[in-house]
Amino acid sequence: MGTAQRVSRMMPFPAGAGMARALVERNVRAYKHAWTTLVSGFFEPVFYLFSLGVGMGALIGDIDAGNGRMVAYASFVAPALMAAAAMNGAVMDSTFNLFFKLKYAKLYDSVLATPLGPRDVAVGEISWALIRGGLYSTVFLLVAAVAGVVESWWAVLALPAAVLIGFAFAAVGMAATTFMRSWQDFEYINLTILPMFLFSATFFPLSAYPAALQWVVQATPLYHGAAMIRALMLGDVGASLLVHVIYLLVMGMIGAVFAARRIERLLLT
Amino acid sequence: MTLRAFEATDAPLISARGLTKRFGDFVAVDGIDLDVHRGEAFGFLGPNGAGKSSTMRMIGCVSPPSDGSLRILGLDPGADGSRIRSRLGVVPQRDTLDEELTVRENILVYGRYFGLSKAVVRERAAELLEFAQLADRADSVVEPLSGGMKRRLTIARSLVNEPELLLLDEPTTGLDPQARHVLWDRLFRLKRSGVTLVLTTHYMDEAEQLCDRLVVMDGGAIVAEGSPRQLIAEHSTREVLELRFAVDDHAPYQAKVADLARRIEVLPDRLLLYVDDGDAAAAAVHDRGLTPLSVLVRRSTLEDVFLHLTGRTLID
Ligand SMILES: Nc1ncnc2c1ncn2[C@@H]1O[C@H](COP(=O)(O)OP(=O)(O)O)[C@@H](O)[C@H]1O
Ligand SMILES: [Mg+2]
Repeated sequence: MGTAQRVSRMMPFPAGAGMARALVERNVRAYKHAWTTLVSGFFEPVFYLFSLGVGMGALIGDIDAGNGRMVAYASFVAPALMAAAAMNGAVMDSTFNLFFKLKYAKLYDSVLATPLGPRDVAVGEISWALIRGGLYSTVFLLVAAVAGVVESWWAVLALPAAVLIGFAFAAVGMAATTFMRSWQDFEYINLTILPMFLFSATFFPLSAYPAALQWVVQATPLYHGAAMIRALMLGDVGASLLVHVIYLLVMGMIGAVFAARRIERLLLT
Repeated sequence: MTLRAFEATDAPLISARGLTKRFGDFVAVDGIDLDVHRGEAFGFLGPNGAGKSSTMRMIGCVSPPSDGSLRILGLDPGADGSRIRSRLGVVPQRDTLDEELTVRENILVYGRYFGLSKAVVRERAAELLEFAQLADRADSVVEPLSGGMKRRLTIARSLVNEPELLLLDEPTTGLDPQARHVLWDRLFRLKRSGVTLVLTTHYMDEAEQLCDRLVVMDGGAIVAEGSPRQLIAEHSTREVLELRFAVDDHAPYQAKVADLARRIEVLPDRLLLYVDDGDAAAAAVHDRGLTPLSVLVRRSTLEDVFLHLTGRTLID
């Protein structure tokens, strides 16, 4: 039994045949014809790293990473960029790309006529978003390590951490997409993602926010993603990591089950 | 019952009793009964909105029935949808080809959805591309193909799992006559090779050509059932005399010729006289001093059956 099959079996409702893998394979084939769109995703976070982290960082100098420990600004901001990249990649795949397949390409109409069920569609598409996000994260981590902004060997765990962030956002993004009526509705996604990208203790530490806002910041999923990867890349490993992991895991699980049910409601009428 | 045990029986492949589909308050399929047997070519003939696609989607296990019972291959679609679908081939009304893939990849990837090995799908894709006369377009993308080619590819794709039951929803709608004939030829071959065909159409010639047995559907209900020949014998006469006069309204002429026919239908542009001997009736019309613009004697078709049963034409 493959991993996709096992993951698929674990999810409650609705029906699936444990064949999500076939859909991932389909996406791999489709991207072989459009590999440039795949490659462009590598560059954005790397450009940010050099312009903001290394370039601006030279002006900013060292900053307090949280518990009084001073680190170079590039080392502070790189983990957040990695987390944000995982978020952006997952959201792109599970919103824009998924909406196209759902509404225009009618891909799932043909998929659901085969043994695959709505659960396979949800698991397959989320898995694909994770594979793609995992590739980007690996490249980013390597570049960050070469640029000297990774402070600890714990950073190896930043890879699965980035995949977890991808899972949480892909699942919720997919569920949200099933409610989209037209491309205009995607403005809501941008309106959610952009402030989160800027204000989740990504570019400046939590202590820089007014006390009243700190709670809001700490409630956002990207805050947990960024804090998790930052702890790993700086080697500040502690129990708080567990909170981040659980937050994102629960978010992803709920999103995935909800997305599968919505796909069932939408397509199996 | 296991699939293998089911295959040994001659139980119907599809069996529906009181099958109903509602969308909100609207009843799209209104309690239909039907049995489709192995090796048959079974048709649903009816105009747009009759409920043909809704029925096909329930049979294809992608739409849960609102009411009634439905067994496909001896199984319950609610509990065993995935297992049933693994034995079906589906050609939906609208092509749902994967436009991000090539012609060949469409078959390869679809075969993988059925859990077939890569070696098997490669081999079948090559055969099916021959069958669909698309071998020379194998590595083209789907988008530039003609309507007929896309339809053939959709049919080829639906055969990748070697289904015992093939569902075709309006297989030739929108195609030019030549493309239709090519498709009909492919469907005949499948029928000869033992595949059970279930198809919907609103073309009576398609129903007559392809179906051993059919049901006439209207407003979600089945209004008649039988072989094309039986239906014509039961619900129409041997011949039809069509009269067209140089007037806008044909209704006043009805009384003048009514006694010549068993039954008469008034269409906006002509009169249809249902008679046993068309030439004799035409002569009688002339004897009365009536001078139609055109006179046509033809055999009865399923179109006449439909007109008789519902008072409407199939294609409006
Ligand atoms: N998903 C749906 N929601 C609401 N009404 C539907 C839906 N699908 C079909 N209908 C309605 O059900 C009726 C039968 O449609 P359909 O089964 O597609 O007929 P046919 O295939 O014979 O043209 C039509 O009036 C159609 O508008
Ligand atoms: Mg239809």
